[in-house]
Amino acid sequence: MGLIRYLATDKYAIYIWGSYGVTFLLLGAEVLMLLKRKRNLTRRHSPQVESRDTRFETSLQELQ
Amino acid sequence: MSKQRINWYKYAAPANFYPLAGRLIPLFAVPSAILFIAGIYVGFFVAPTDAVQGESYRILFIHVPAAWMGMFLYVLMAIYAGVGWAFNARLASMMATAISPTGAIFTFISLVTGSLWGRPAWGVWWVWDARLTSTLILLFLYIGFISLQSSIDDARRADRAGAVLALVGVVNVPIIYFSVQWWNSLHQGATITKNSFKMAPSMAAAMLILLGACWLYSIAVVLARVRHIIREREQEAPWLAEATV
Repeated sequence: MGLIRYLATDKYAIYIWGSYGVTFLLLGAEVLMLLKRKRNLTRRHSPQVESRDTRFETSLQELQ
Repeated sequence: MSKQRINWYKYAAPANFYPLAGRLIPLFAVPSAILFIAGIYVGFFVAPTDAVQGESYRILFIHVPAAWMGMFLYVLMAIYAGVGWAFNARLASMMATAISPTGAIFTFISLVTGSLWGRPAWGVWWVWDARLTSTLILLFLYIGFISLQSSIDDARRADRAGAVLALVGVVNVPIIYFSVQWWNSLHQGATITKNSFKMAPSMAAAMLILLGACWLYSIAVVLARVRHIIREREQEAPWLAEATV
């Protein structure tokens, strides 16, 4: 239990928390960004979005 | 029993690699998560307190694997970029592009955790020491590679430009590794070498388990990213519409 008490109380514990915190925050953020990119790609290539894009382009051409 | 040989060249085509990468991702991601938990457990609850540095040395269990990953991934990125350039292999260039953000993240983690370890151990956050400076240059090389590729619209031209930078920059990796031998450095020398293991077995175990976790994590993430790159670049290809996403 010495380590747990150390991590809770010692003045240098913040450096250990900070190191592991930064590491898992960045790795987690990378995974989340990849999931977001996948969601965006799936949405962009879904038939509904494609037909909406086509409608938008057609209406733009009509305006011109 | 008949031996069926796998045609590895088949997987150099994005159309064949895309579904394979999708199947491989969980095989690397799940063991990676298990190894991260095991490594943290061994590092915090099995490894003893260091006689000189006390508890703060536990930062090294993540700092050292992150620093190694930053260097390994750069060399891997340069090899893929070089192969993509020399043989006009699209998938190799895509792999180089997919590796770069993960390499940059690990290099950044090694710099931040090194700084957080340096404060209690050396009394300073940063020194312009050869090891630290060359690692900072490695981060700039990653950022330069990513920025250069992003700034060029044509993907193949971006791949070639990135390959030149990656191959020129690879000279920095041996400089990082040997910097502690070539120059007087505040940074300590290698603890684990081919002939010696200057640490307690449980300490080495924590470091090596977390290194394994970082490797498996990197493979899973790079495979996921290269699938996205394939989808973005090959969006007009008929095979992609048929592929299960």
